[in-house]
Amino acid sequence: MIEMEVVYSRPESFTPTTTHYCPGCTHGTAHRLVAEVLDEMGIREKTIGVAPVGCSVFAYDYFNHDFVEAAHGRAPAMATGIKRVRPNNTVYTYQGDGDLASIGMAEIVHAAIRGENITVIFINNAIYGMTGGQMAPTTLPGMRTTSSPNGRDVEVMGYPVRMSEMLSTIDGTSYSVRRSLHNPANIRKSKKAIRRAFEVQERGMGFAMVELLSSCPTNLKFTPSEALNFIEEQMVPYYPLGDYKVAPEVKALKV
Amino acid sequence: MTKELMKGNDAFAEAAVRAGVEGFFGYPITPASEFLEYMAKRMPELGRAFLQAESEIGAIHMVYGAACAGVRSLTATSGPGLSLMSEALSYIAGTEVPAVVVNVMRGGPGLGNIAPSQSDYNQMVKGGGHGDYFPIVLAPATVQEAIDYITLAFDLADKYRALVFIAVDGNLGQMMEPAELPPMRGLPEKPPEWSVYGAEGRDPNILTSIYIDPPDEEVTNIRLLKRWMEIEKNEILYKEYELDDAEIAIISFGVAGRICSSALRTAREEGVKVGMIRPITLAPFPTEAIRELSKRVRRILVVEMNTGQMLNDVKQAVGGNVPIEFYGRIGGITPLPDEILEEIHRVNQNTEDIADGQEKVQWLERLEARIERGDQ
Repeated sequence: MIEMEVVYSRPESFTPTTTHYCPGCTHGTAHRLVAEVLDEMGIREKTIGVAPVGCSVFAYDYFNHDFVEAAHGRAPAMATGIKRVRPNNTVYTYQGDGDLASIGMAEIVHAAIRGENITVIFINNAIYGMTGGQMAPTTLPGMRTTSSPNGRDVEVMGYPVRMSEMLSTIDGTSYSVRRSLHNPANIRKSKKAIRRAFEVQERGMGFAMVELLSSCPTNLKFTPSEALNFIEEQMVPYYPLGDYKVAPEVKALKV
Repeated sequence: MTKELMKGNDAFAEAAVRAGVEGFFGYPITPASEFLEYMAKRMPELGRAFLQAESEIGAIHMVYGAACAGVRSLTATSGPGLSLMSEALSYIAGTEVPAVVVNVMRGGPGLGNIAPSQSDYNQMVKGGGHGDYFPIVLAPATVQEAIDYITLAFDLADKYRALVFIAVDGNLGQMMEPAELPPMRGLPEKPPEWSVYGAEGRDPNILTSIYIDPPDEEVTNIRLLKRWMEIEKNEILYKEYELDDAEIAIISFGVAGRICSSALRTAREEGVKVGMIRPITLAPFPTEAIRELSKRVRRILVVEMNTGQMLNDVKQAVGGNVPIEFYGRIGGITPLPDEILEEIHRVNQNTEDIADGQEKVQWLERLEARIERGDQ
């Protein structure tokens, strides 16, 4: 008899369904990493997710745990309300760049300032996906979008914002790191960071955010592989991967 | 229990605590700030959640989150804050979770002022936010009523999974008067089954206001409307004053209604057969009671501390049965009983028909003449 080992299966934290995401979009990858981490930590049954407005507005259809759907940008405030009255639950937000870094700037910054004991998964793909490819706060200088048709002119439209760096300056932030989903090695690093961000919350250590550089082939008009190359060649230089804030007690965590 | 002398905002906050509020999220704004300050001390004493948010937007979305988590939660604010909250109010209504908002009203529009007003009537009664939804609005006239209606507000919010406003005129928040608080209620042992608290041994609960397929949204809109019709059937509250033999009737709410009630007493002593309906629920509005009343009086006087926002709802109820007159003080000015008494006498003697819209033209002429004379 041949001994067989299961090396890959659907996490229990995932629902058995297909997603609405475009081919080559990394939302599915990011979702799966979160689901694997919840499974591995055994916290699915006490987890409450907060979905954003954007492409991942239907995230709650894909996760097998309690979920609420926030207004655009307000997920950190809604998560705060939940966490404050249900401190024993694990509460996380899953937000895109328009949601978190544009309309929801006040909510994310103040959640960090309060050291709110929540986990934030931040998807940065440099564009508004759901509304059809408009300029995001993270759109790179010169990048053409449907609302910057001649390319982002920083003199007129302002500069892209680096959220992980910005939040790292806040005393209430315990963990702020940027990872990328453009290849398997970086996906593995992303998962480790997500695990650490949830461990931070489980130990009551405060605010943790993982920024994930992501692809949007549809709106950037790339093939899936070109979209991954775009992350590596264009986004990573502007948004360097790394640990921007790891509080000493978080550093000491064995994950 | 005995009566105590209490400041309005403090008493309302304690009433909320005793009604079992487990999450308070607010932002300072005059004339509602004492509510927040009271909760800042009181909630941590009881191990309940208190948080001063970064903005009214933050505060109400925290209320929304706590409401989804199945606890009684509320905020207290005033007009400019309520405007910022409109977004979440629509989401709360669309998600069908219970929440209570106390609006201690001040003069507007814009920054306006911090004096008492009733100018947020439409903002609350007509919803304020986007989409088809129907909040319940309760309008107390005394500190005691506000205490009682805060308890009622939570019960209604839970019963219908609805958004409930308490429309408090600024004076009530700031004034001190004797009132009795209800006993402390126990907290529920388990969260409501529909709420999010972790899917242990059950399918996940998902709370959302998105129905991307129009047929699903249509069904949701129908459900919300039917629930509202149920509320209209069961929950209308109003107070009647001296209506048995009344020949003219006042319709007025909140503090304006309270001032009218003292003018009414004097007018009665002076032989005027005047009565009053004071709506307690501005929504659902006591349309039927006012319609019936309009069949047996010869004239109606609507008094508000705004430019006639409830007036439109009264007109709809009266349906042209009798002439309607209007009197309002605006901009944060509270009318005096003598002013209303003068109006009662004038209305009592007036036999002329009033074309629709002319009641406001005539009121403005009287008001501007009063301002010209330098009268209060």
